[in-house]
Amino acid sequence: MDTADLLATVPALAGAEPVTRVTLPARLDYIHTPGAAQSRFLNALAEKRFLAERCPKCTRVYIPPKGVCPTCGLATTERLELPHVGTITTFCIVNIAARGLDVEVPYCYAYVLLDGAHVSLHARIGDIPHDQVHVGQRVQPVWNEQKLGPSLAGISHFRPTGEPDADPESYRRWM
Amino acid sequence: MPEVLSAPLIVEFPFTRSTGPVIGAFLTGLRERVVLGIRGSAGRVLCPPAEYDPVTAEELTELVALPGTGTVTTWAWNARPRPYQPLTTPFAWVLVRLDGADTALLHALDAPPPGSGDPRAVRTGLRVTVRWAGQRSGAITDIACFEPIPEEA
Repeated sequence: MDTADLLATVPALAGAEPVTRVTLPARLDYIHTPGAAQSRFLNALAEKRFLAERCPKCTRVYIPPKGVCPTCGLATTERLELPHVGTITTFCIVNIAARGLDVEVPYCYAYVLLDGAHVSLHARIGDIPHDQVHVGQRVQPVWNEQKLGPSLAGISHFRPTGEPDADPESYRRWM
Repeated sequence: MPEVLSAPLIVEFPFTRSTGPVIGAFLTGLRERVVLGIRGSAGRVLCPPAEYDPVTAEELTELVALPGTGTVTTWAWNARPRPYQPLTTPFAWVLVRLDGADTALLHALDAPPPGSGDPRAVRTGLRVTVRWAGQRSGAITDIACFEPIPEEA
């Protein structure tokens, strides 16, 4: 029995247009406080600088830094700045517009492993046809001057640098 | 001491769900200002209705139109409503067993006085009635809330 069959058994509702779908947005409104390490990272972004932190034991470099190495459980005491160039380690083409997101579809979203980092940033890839985006491609940030501030919104997207692809050995372990 | 950063962070999943035969009928009923229950095992009437009997797991199909009146079986006071909750002024979350039903429906109760709400006006056993929303679309929010039935003098 479907909804119409069931409704037909109720005199007051026989013939009513049946409801078959309902939209139920689940929404959580947070006020996020990023903490000391991420605040340093965000404040540096306002100056177009990429601030990372290194684990004293395993030497992995984290960006954005969280102040701690999740593998070793140690405070990441060493701060360092990373260059404005990295490598695409994976990507996808997004064809479905997320509600409330002010980006035109389709767009390309990728992991970008900045040189010297061991975790990737997420960013859009632009200024290139999507069928030419590939893993190993060298990219650099394009800044959104209007949105520059303590926020990732200051990075409009990454675009190819035009230099040869990275040696897979340079990013194989950090994909 | 550096400035402490903070910013709004909204996590939202805009789920669209198929309602299935029974919940679809229930929501259609709300749009038409009829609250539906469903008859289960041992003649019990479940409201909100379930597709399958909670005791025997049998498929259920016998819809029962219920009146919009019922009794509060338990409640909790919400002194500071959040955005997107059923009412903007203090209200009670209530379980209401509608007349003719054997189970209770979760909804909001607009307690008097209007606009401020007083938890002393709410009690288990309180008789209540549905306040329908002006615009109904086939959703649980088609019931704007419940409100107390004035006691006869």
